[in-house]
Amino acid sequence: MTRTNYLNVQYGVRSWLLTTDHKRIALLYLAAITLFFFIGGAFAVMVRLELVTPQGDLVEAETYNKMFTMHGVMMVFFFLIPSTPAVLGNFLLPMMIGARDLAFPRINLLSWYVFVVGGVIGLGAAISGGVDTGWTFYAPYSSTYTNTAVITTALGVFFAGFSSILTGFNFIVTIHKMRAPGLTWFRLPLFVWAHYATSVIQVLGTPVIAITIILLAMERVMRVGIFDPKIGGDPVLFQHLFWFYSHPAVYIMVLPAMGIVSELVTCFSRKKIYGYSFIAMSSVAIAVLGFLVWAHHMFVAGMSLYASMVFSVLSFLVAIPSAIKVFNWTATLYRGSIVYQTPMLYAFGFIGLFTIGGLTGLFLATLAVDVHVHDTYFVVAHFHYIMVGGSVMAYMGGIHYWWPKISGRLYPEGWARFSALVLFVGFNLTFFPQFLLGYLGMPRRYHSYPEEFQVLNVMSSAGASILGVGYLVPMVYLVWSMRYGKPAPANPWSAKGLEWNTPSPPPTFNFDQTPVVTEDAYVYQKADEEVPVG
Amino acid sequence: MADHASAVAHQFDDMEQQLDASTFGMWVFLAQEVMFFGGLFLAYTIYRGAYPDAFREASHHLDLRLGALNTVVLIGSSLTMALAVRAAQLSRSRALAGFLVATLVLGTVFLAVKAFEYHHKYVEQHIPGLNFHAEGPLAGPVQMFFVFYFAMTGMHALHMIVGAGLLVYFIVKARRGRYSAHYYGPVEVMGLYWHFVDIVWIFLFPLLYLIR
Amino acid sequence: MWRGFPLFPEAASTIASGVDTIYLFLVALSLLLSAGIFLAIFYFAVRFRRRHPGEVPAPVHGSLPLELFWSFTPFVIMMIVFGWGTSLYFRNYNPPAGAMEIFVVGKQWMWKIQHPEGQREINELHVPVGQPVKLTLATEDVIHSFYVPAFRVKMDAIPGRYTSLWFHATRPGRYHLFCAEYCGNQHSKMGGTVHVLEQPEYEAWISGAARGRSMAESGEELFQRLGCFTCHRADMPGRGPVLEGVFGNPVTLQDGRRVIADEAYLRESILNPGVKIVAGYRTRMPTFQGQINEEQLMQIIAYIKSLPPKGRLDTEP
Repeated sequence: MTRTNYLNVQYGVRSWLLTTDHKRIALLYLAAITLFFFIGGAFAVMVRLELVTPQGDLVEAETYNKMFTMHGVMMVFFFLIPSTPAVLGNFLLPMMIGARDLAFPRINLLSWYVFVVGGVIGLGAAISGGVDTGWTFYAPYSSTYTNTAVITTALGVFFAGFSSILTGFNFIVTIHKMRAPGLTWFRLPLFVWAHYATSVIQVLGTPVIAITIILLAMERVMRVGIFDPKIGGDPVLFQHLFWFYSHPAVYIMVLPAMGIVSELVTCFSRKKIYGYSFIAMSSVAIAVLGFLVWAHHMFVAGMSLYASMVFSVLSFLVAIPSAIKVFNWTATLYRGSIVYQTPMLYAFGFIGLFTIGGLTGLFLATLAVDVHVHDTYFVVAHFHYIMVGGSVMAYMGGIHYWWPKISGRLYPEGWARFSALVLFVGFNLTFFPQFLLGYLGMPRRYHSYPEEFQVLNVMSSAGASILGVGYLVPMVYLVWSMRYGKPAPANPWSAKGLEWNTPSPPPTFNFDQTPVVTEDAYVYQKADEEVPVG
Repeated sequence: MADHASAVAHQFDDMEQQLDASTFGMWVFLAQEVMFFGGLFLAYTIYRGAYPDAFREASHHLDLRLGALNTVVLIGSSLTMALAVRAAQLSRSRALAGFLVATLVLGTVFLAVKAFEYHHKYVEQHIPGLNFHAEGPLAGPVQMFFVFYFAMTGMHALHMIVGAGLLVYFIVKARRGRYSAHYYGPVEVMGLYWHFVDIVWIFLFPLLYLIR
Repeated sequence: MWRGFPLFPEAASTIASGVDTIYLFLVALSLLLSAGIFLAIFYFAVRFRRRHPGEVPAPVHGSLPLELFWSFTPFVIMMIVFGWGTSLYFRNYNPPAGAMEIFVVGKQWMWKIQHPEGQREINELHVPVGQPVKLTLATEDVIHSFYVPAFRVKMDAIPGRYTSLWFHATRPGRYHLFCAEYCGNQHSKMGGTVHVLEQPEYEAWISGAARGRSMAESGEELFQRLGCFTCHRADMPGRGPVLEGVFGNPVTLQDGRRVIADEAYLRESILNPGVKIVAGYRTRMPTFQGQINEEQLMQIIAYIKSLPPKGRLDTEP
């Protein structure tokens, strides 16, 4: 009964390692980033364990500093930035636009190899002693003072960044040049819009950190202070160059997640998304405005008053398109026909937690408040709300939603809902106390802390243990389902979208004939009406 | 002779879409390169603004004539590259190969002149991190100038070496008659890359050599 | 004082209540908006749950006025918060005139504090209540950040330049001092206590604290020892610019620019003399980079600040 599909068309390691099929490459990425996620998570476990007691008594200070650094590096560069684009984007983008593959399949495979090389180098850095500069690598500590594996780690990041550029470049060309007949820009699924905006950031932003890393490496190798005042260098220049990429990078991490949420909300309300063009244009606005706010990370680094004001007002403005999305998603529920399948639970989780995370961004954009909470746990809580409560939740929602398409199997709904709930509870218990810790004044990157902060820290660490369970359980049942899950139909969710017009799992070239699109996205007039093909 | 149908990759519907996608792709890639060099140029500009006298003095240590020669050589190579693309579009394989070889030769001349200049810097003890030695109160920022000199010209040279390697590949393919009016996309894309590398130099040259 | 399980920090400076007010406003706003979204989602999810499997709801048409409303309203709220936060920041930016000056040097992994009269402290800072205090910050090595949560103030200490922060303490007590910019191994231990004392106790502390010479006196000693006086002397004006009265006043440079001779300018002139040469002089001053540390630089600058203005020249070199 097994029809030929992209999974069984060829067996053997070579057929996977030399594949150019975007769907197989997506799975190669899935394996790699899942590994890096758990490694980054292991470092987080060490950090939260240490912080159960106020004294630095579990590990040495230098070890602790390496733990939080490598947690950040692994999670940001080797998990979050690739995650949704490289796994779900790679798998779905061609299908969503009615194409047989991406524009440059071999470059797609190259991007995976480049990523893996970067990851291996990064792991090598961790194993060979680690790096303790913080994921932000500020000079002159990282360039002149630390004796840890800065260049190796930076090299790993450089490769991961290059992989990111190749993915983004591939997506931009694909979306521009390979849409099916009739698929105009404003008929594209919002997932595609989100990835388009993300890809623009990847292509224009990542090169700047590439050159920053090169300059940092040059300073370390040549022992010449590009960022050291002794020959006239400026450490704050490093910060400007670093954040010019790293701020837009956070939008690389959240825009694809928002794209997933748009897909989930419309499907599980069985209703056309409210405000389609507003959501699409918001993605573009976020990408553009995201390039203009980098120095809000540097309000207390001696910037002039007027520069600070400019970056503050722009940081407020960049919040508005995100707010527009949240309102439109909520409005989609109105008079919908809503079910609470696991992907929808994750979508709800995203909207709630992203709202909180985004609102706390306003605190940081407010100059007078930022002075107090900069470099404290308030910031840590803010970005984890968005990246974990937001991006990772959406990623989980997307993995579950498209799992039947990707694997041809259904995951066990009971266990999946249980995990989603566990994640939600564990997440809030871990990170909400950190807002309080931050306003109280507990700085970040602290190995030991004053006693009065202990109760909140213990709460946070307890939450982290629950969070861990929430991530481990899906690993188990998803792997289980690949062998023992119920076979999935082509469209288990009765969703709209070209990807659901293929079998589960799809054949290698996706469509027998290129579909012709004659209607907008998400037209749920009748439950069984299909998008016309041929 | 090349089989025209099989030159279209499976993900594209026709040659036109393939050519369109490849060219557009190269423009996107070049946008990325602009940001890469842009970051470097920005850092250079900031330091030059802070230490104008030191940078002026350091620039005097560069050989203006060699820099100007290199500029002419590179512009010439862009001309030969453009002619190569034209030849491909007109199915003139021998002319194509010839122009590609000329481009490669000019590119190699450029790199040789650069190597000579680097050697000269070595002799003058102007290589930061290796043997840098300068006197006077401006020594620090002068060294900063040379850090950027080597970073900027080094990055550029690296891109030229990659370009030269690609030219070798294209020359081999051209001589086998791979390119014609039906299939010249790769040559056009190569041309875009080569022109970009040329343009980077056209910015580099005045920034580094022409501070007077 | 630190017993128990605090949820909100003490407020011990003049700006703390302003910061707390806007913070609490943002908390209320966030609670309101989050609750609004949460309740809307919850209500819609229950009210519009799928009743039977084949159900397909009627399409709901978009509404441009609604979209504009919920785009414009957040914009207005943001601008209000921006305006409020910025004006607060603006008012807090510059210290009031006549603030007491104290000099701080961060170094891996301690804060070294010098009072102008000469008292020195490490990781402790004694200040009087009810008086504005301005700290000038420098660092010997990497970036550090001077943070006193109870005052709601923080400023990075950046290599190669001076930064400053100021506060006006309102309540006597002991408050945490933290380093808030990751600086290496002992970053979490690089802190201490700010002691805010009532005026009489502060007087007692000031006279009792171990004290050597004042900063200006130490600076003068360095000025002699390092040979600065060989060129910077009133009776030989051609060798080097006369320093009496130079602090705080404009200086014309060789290339025509005019700069104010503040602490940053003086520091740069000592460490990197070739960069901003005064008009009429040649580049002959050697650099003292590597020969003096940040604390000594502050002492020399204190000495230069103390020199009487031109017109009352001291004939002693």
